[in-house]
Order: sequence, then structure tokens, then C-alpha cells
Amino acid sequence: MREVAIVAAGMTKFGELWGSSLRDLFVEAASEALTMARADHVDAIVVGNMSAGQFVGQEHLGPLLADHLGMAGTPAMRVESACASGGAALHVGFLEVASGACDLVLAAGVEKMNDGGDVTAVLATAADQETECYHGITFPGLYAMIARAHMAAHGTTLEDLSAVAVKNHRHGALNPKAQFRRTVTLEEVMASSMVADPLRLLHCSPVSDGAAAVLLCPLDQAKRYTDRPVKIRASALGTAPMALADRKDPAFLDAVQLSAERAYKSAGIGPADLHVVEVHDCFTIAEICCIEALGLVGPGKGRDAARSGLTALGGKVPVNTSGGLKSKGHPVGATGIAQVIEIFEQLRGEAGARQVKDAHIGLAQNMGGSGASSVVHILERV
Amino acid sequence: MPSPRYWREIPSRFRLEASKCRKCGKVSFPARKICPGCRSAEHEPTQLSRTGKVVTATTVHVGPDDFAMQTPYAVAIVETPERARLMMQVVDCDPPSVVPGLQVAFEFRRIRKEGHGGILCYAHKGVPAS
Amino acid sequence: MAGIVGYGAFIPRNRITSEEIARQWGKDPAAIQRGLLLKEKSVPGLDEDTITISVAAGRAALDRAGIDPSRVGALYIGSESHPYAVKPSGTVVIEALGIGPSVHVADFEFACKAGTEAMFVALGLVESGRVEYAMGIGADTSQGAPNDALEFSASAGGAAYLFGKADLLADVKATYSYTTDTPDFWRREGEFYPRHGGRFTGEPAYFKHVTAATRGILERTGLKPTDFRYAVFHMPNGKFPLAVGQALGFTKKQLETGWLVQTMGNTYSGSSPTGLAAILDEAAAGDLILITSFGSGAGSDSFVIEATPALAERRGRAPTVRSMLDGPRRYLTYGQYAKYREKIIVNE
Repeated sequence: MREVAIVAAGMTKFGELWGSSLRDLFVEAASEALTMARADHVDAIVVGNMSAGQFVGQEHLGPLLADHLGMAGTPAMRVESACASGGAALHVGFLEVASGACDLVLAAGVEKMNDGGDVTAVLATAADQETECYHGITFPGLYAMIARAHMAAHGTTLEDLSAVAVKNHRHGALNPKAQFRRTVTLEEVMASSMVADPLRLLHCSPVSDGAAAVLLCPLDQAKRYTDRPVKIRASALGTAPMALADRKDPAFLDAVQLSAERAYKSAGIGPADLHVVEVHDCFTIAEICCIEALGLVGPGKGRDAARSGLTALGGKVPVNTSGGLKSKGHPVGATGIAQVIEIFEQLRGEAGARQVKDAHIGLAQNMGGSGASSVVHILERV
Repeated sequence: MPSPRYWREIPSRFRLEASKCRKCGKVSFPARKICPGCRSAEHEPTQLSRTGKVVTATTVHVGPDDFAMQTPYAVAIVETPERARLMMQVVDCDPPSVVPGLQVAFEFRRIRKEGHGGILCYAHKGVPAS
Repeated sequence: MAGIVGYGAFIPRNRITSEEIARQWGKDPAAIQRGLLLKEKSVPGLDEDTITISVAAGRAALDRAGIDPSRVGALYIGSESHPYAVKPSGTVVIEALGIGPSVHVADFEFACKAGTEAMFVALGLVESGRVEYAMGIGADTSQGAPNDALEFSASAGGAAYLFGKADLLADVKATYSYTTDTPDFWRREGEFYPRHGGRFTGEPAYFKHVTAATRGILERTGLKPTDFRYAVFHMPNGKFPLAVGQALGFTKKQLETGWLVQTMGNTYSGSSPTGLAAILDEAAAGDLILITSFGSGAGSDSFVIEATPALAERRGRAPTVRSMLDGPRRYLTYGQYAKYREKIIVNE
């Protein structure tokens, strides 16, 4: 397998982008990446998207978006793994290059969530339709159950959950592409309206529109496109039983641990080697569980990380310098790519006010549903 | 919900029919063709008891459209004596009282009405055991 | 002779007081309670209907019978609030109870009499020898129109009776039905609430038919009111069953066990069947029981039933009616009641 590099990136703002259709979002992000690389064609396009069929009635995104990029004829397909669709698309693109099949691949993610429709019901299709959604459980409800289990097993408190939101908003305020660019106080978070006990509105990532794209090529061709390529050292996946009821421990994310272990093994590094990390904080409890499963802290010890500053900008292992899903926004299919873009920029010294000093190894973790799938990428400055 | 799908699910929803792996004894609900524990394809039919204990739960305050009138409602993961775990609403009590360890009895209830003209969907819900 | 081999009842756990309803409409709660002898009634949750109530009552009946459900050859449900206009309640219930598919199923309707109708037919089928066991269920979640007298009484609940020829809990000694066309109360297709003829529902409807059916069965059997330990009549409100009972020669003592309406409300097709279940929960071997239902439109079914020794042995297998009426329950505000009864207009 060849070594693979990311050589360019592009991303829309994330937010309620009323004036942009799904097609518009994709074209904007993809064009920014292509322009950055000065590339005018690609060997393949891989699009991560969870639910265009349900949100905007549109399937068959591969050829549609290739067409709108003026690249009809190019091999293109859509990849889906609920909220991990972006990471999964990157994984497929990585394999296309690593295998020698393609020399330049556009891996992108896009989601248009604000065109009307029952968003709660659509997102719930990432859970088990037959045994979970049928009974009226929602996505926040599933994570609320995970939170309750974590609170019962490890003493995690509402303040611990809320501190994650405060930290991520502080980071997001420094990100020009973030949906929310204001800080929030702990009191504000804890007093926000109840969604599913104990998760309140400000513990939940928002409903967002957005797209993000990266260009991949073999490392030994990277200089054609950029003088600061970032190498993909690992791209690994893991899954877990779909229904929360079928997991060994509802408070522990097995899929995240599996994907992380495979990635660390493949890259030959461990969690202590990471300088900057993006995790999938769809709800604040998810960040607490993910950093445990990634081995950044011990099992059950995730509750203190945000509050103590361990995972804040300036801390020992900054997590979600982008603002995370909470503050940056979570257009579902785009998130996995956007996380990788944050690490890409950090490793190239382009993160501006969010810059982590001397970051040269980073990890992005993208998760689907209530933790049934997880994708981990480890990136390194070359 | 398409009627054929609903009809196929009657044995599990109405009668709690499950499968028990002949090799490792794991009970799966709903029934599985391949045991999630040991991957064996040999199963025998079994039925869950209509009782269980809450493992974890939440109160949904913002629900999907079909459930909008019911909020807030408690949803829990419940474990039966056969060690099968399933998700169900817990009703006829204050939602915050649904906590881990609560013993519940299963009652047959209407889960949702599909608007004014769609089919009626039934299954079991938990009720605190007296 | 055929009789009851299993019985069961179910009453939802929500309640609303007549005081709360009276307050809503600016009526004097004390006057309502004096006039109708109603204190509170049961309210079905948004997840309860005639089908769910029938399943709960049916399960209890099967538990008390102790037979394999696959031996039940017929199941009938009488209600005026079947969840579907077209599609039987009975088919959902047999699947939930594990009965069939070699079974005859039909839904019945006859205002509040549909429950005893189902029981009458189930009994007859077993007597004829065509099936070994047959179940008759009466259950309802009927609506009372806002600011109407019936809003104080229309409630939810039901009872199920399994009939067979062996191991009887109670023997059915006689039946008598009395029916005329009397338009005292009706509901046209598509209407949400029923309509009624006010005071016309009294003497020419309820009293005439209940009295005629009861006198008919007493004449047919040669029994007198004093031969009975218990009597239960359809309970549209607190007053009517006491009035008709006493006019027929029954004492308050005979009527009190089955007289559930004051805290249950009128469960329509479940009314006298649930009253009968409360009686079976305590009757001793040899006790004679009279039950006469009433359904608007109009008609009454009467049964004479005798408890057997097996009743005391098997009735402990399922909850009693009193445990459901007096057990854990939740009191609703009028607003919650309106939400549960879907009286609040929402978009489709």
C-alpha cells in the first residue's frame, strides 16, 4: 500500500444556510479544495452523507455532485455510516489512493438539514429502527441513557457534562467557520431547556447545513499540490451492536475503542503521542466517553478532563479546538471531513487563534449513531 | 409504517417471541438468525417473561412528531429474567421515577397512531410492578 | 351446561374527579355528585384503547382458566369504541393472547351492551359443542362530549370471560335477552361524540329494558330476588342501577359489591361485566349472581350465574377489580384529561 497525503481542504461555514442547497454546499467546499491544490480534475469522488434521501428527497449523490462540479464522467459514489459518513468517505478515498487505483481523490461530506421535515425522526434512523425508534426514543434520548449510565457508574455530574460545552464554545468562538461563535457560561448551559433528561439544549450539537472536502494523493506526488502535505498514518474503523440494549456496557463506546486500537496499531503510536485531537461530541457526554475509549484518559475518568483544562486549548491534549460539533456545528455527513480539516490546519500551522504549538501528530474520531460505528484517522505533519 | 413490515413483527411485538442459541444459550430479542455471541446459526424459539428490571432510562422531552402529545415520557432499557435486554417506554408513573433497578411488568399498549388514517402500532410498555 | 372457566378485568390507572370536570364548566361539584352519585372516573392514556384493555383482561382470564390459549376456538369483543372503523379488534387481541389461527373472531357493537352480547354468543357456542372454549370481552374507551352530563361518567375499562364446559369457576344457569328499537342514544359514522335523548334515556330506555330482562329471567328460572347473593346492573351513572335494583326488589347489600361506577365511571361495554368480575372476586361457592346489562338502541342481556368451589381456588391468579380501582393511580387536571382524550385540535 502506498502512503497517502492530504494536500488541500475546503469547507463552507456551518450553520443555518438558508440560501444554499445541498448542491451549492458541496460545490462551494469542493471548489475551495480544488482551487487550493490548483487541480482541475480528480480520479474519483467519494461523498459522505447520512440522509439526503430523507432530508431533501435526493439519493444518488455521487453522479449528481460530480455533475455539479463539472466533472460528469468521473467515478463517484456516496458512502454512508450515519454521523460517521464523512470519516467513512475519507477511509474509502484513502484506500483508493493507497491501493494504487487512483492518484487524486476528492473525499467530501455534505448535509442539508434545514429544508423542513421532522429532523428528530430522520436522525433517529441512525439508531435501531425496529427495537429503538419504534418505541419513541430519540437520538438525544439514547445519549441521555448513556449519560445516565455513566453518571451511575462513574459519578459524572451535570456540571461535568456542561463543562464540555463551555470549553468547546470557547474554542468555537475562535473559528470563523463555526455555527456558534459566542462563549457560554456553565450556568447558562445547565439552565437551558430540557431535551432528554439529563441532556439540555446546550448539551446537544445543533442542526446544521454544511460541506467539507479534502484532496488525497500518494505522498510522493504531494509536492505537485502543496509544499505542506499532511500524511494519513492510519485510517481505521470499528463497529458495535446497533441497539444500546445489546451493548456490553451502555456507558462505554466499544466501537470507538476498536477503531482507535486499530489506528494506533497501524500507525505504531499510542494516545500519549497525540498533540491535538478532534472527537465526536454530538452530545457533551459523547466527548467524555470518546476520550475514555481513545485512551486519552482512563476508563470512567473522562468527567474531569474539560473542567480541569486537560483537554482545553493550552492544556496537555487539546480536544476539539475547532469548537467540536457542539459549537462548530454538525451537518452530519460533513462532520468527519471537517474534523480532519481541523487537524490538517493545526499540523500545517494554519489554525490561527486556535493554533496548538508544535502540533505534528493529530487524531480525528468520527462516530455514527449512538456509537455503533466509529472511524479514526491519525495524521502527521511531513 | 408499511403493513407487511408491521405484520412480520407481530410475533416479537405482541408475544415477545425471541430466539435462544442452542450452542451458547444466549437469548436474543427480537429473534436472530446468527447468534451475536458465538455466531452459531442453530436457534430454538423462546418467549420472554413479561417482567424486567430497568438498566438505564431517560425522559424524552422533545420527541418525534408521532409522539409529540405524549412528552415528557420515560424510555428505558429493561432486562428480563432471560437476560435479554430491550428498549421500551415506562408509563403510568412520573417519568423521573424510572431509575435503574426499578422492577417493571410488561403491558400491551398502543405505541403510535400513524396520523388520522394510518395503521395502529402496538407493543409492550413497562409499568412499575407493585 | 357451560359456564365461566376464567375471567379478568382491566381498569386504566388515570383518574379525573367529577369536581375537576365540574370546575371546568362552572358547575357545582356537590350538585353533580348528589345528582349522579359519581366521584371520579378512569381515563385511558394516549397508549390505551379497547384493544389494549381487552388484552390485559383476556390475559387475566386465561391465567385464571389455566388452559393453553390455542384451545380457545372463538373470541368476541363488544365495544362502541373499537379503534378501527374497519378492521377487527379481535384479530389483534388473539395474536397478543397466543390464540389461533384456528379460531373464529368477530367484533360486536350494541352501545353499552356489546360486552354481554359477546359473552352471550361465546357461551352459546360452547354450549352447542361447536368449540371447546370461547371468550367474550366487553371493553370501551368511550368519549363524553364536553360540558355534557355524560362527560362525568364516560370512562375506560373492560372485562373478559372465558367459557367452557369443564372446571367451571361459575356456572351459567340461564340467560334472557330483551330488545326493542328505542333511539335513546346513538352515534353516526364520522361523529366524534355520541348524542342522546336526555331524559328519554331513563324510563323508556334503561329502566324498561333492564326491568323487562330481569323479570324475564326470574320468571324463566322461577327465582326470586331473595334467592340471590349478588346483583349487578349496567351502570350509566351512580343512581340508575341502585334505583332499578331496588325497584326490582334487590337490597343495597346485594348491589354494593358490583356497584363500581362511583369511582370507575361508566365503562360502557365493560360496565356490568366489570361489576360481575368484582363480584366473582369475592363470591363463595353456591352464591347466585344476577347480571343485567343495558345497551342503548336498546336492549338488555340477563344472566343467572352460580359460583363453584373452584372459584376461590383459582381467582388469586390475577389482580382483583378492587386492587385496580383502589391501587396506584394518577389524578389528572382537565387539561391533561383533554390531551389524553384527544379533545385538543391539532393539525394532521
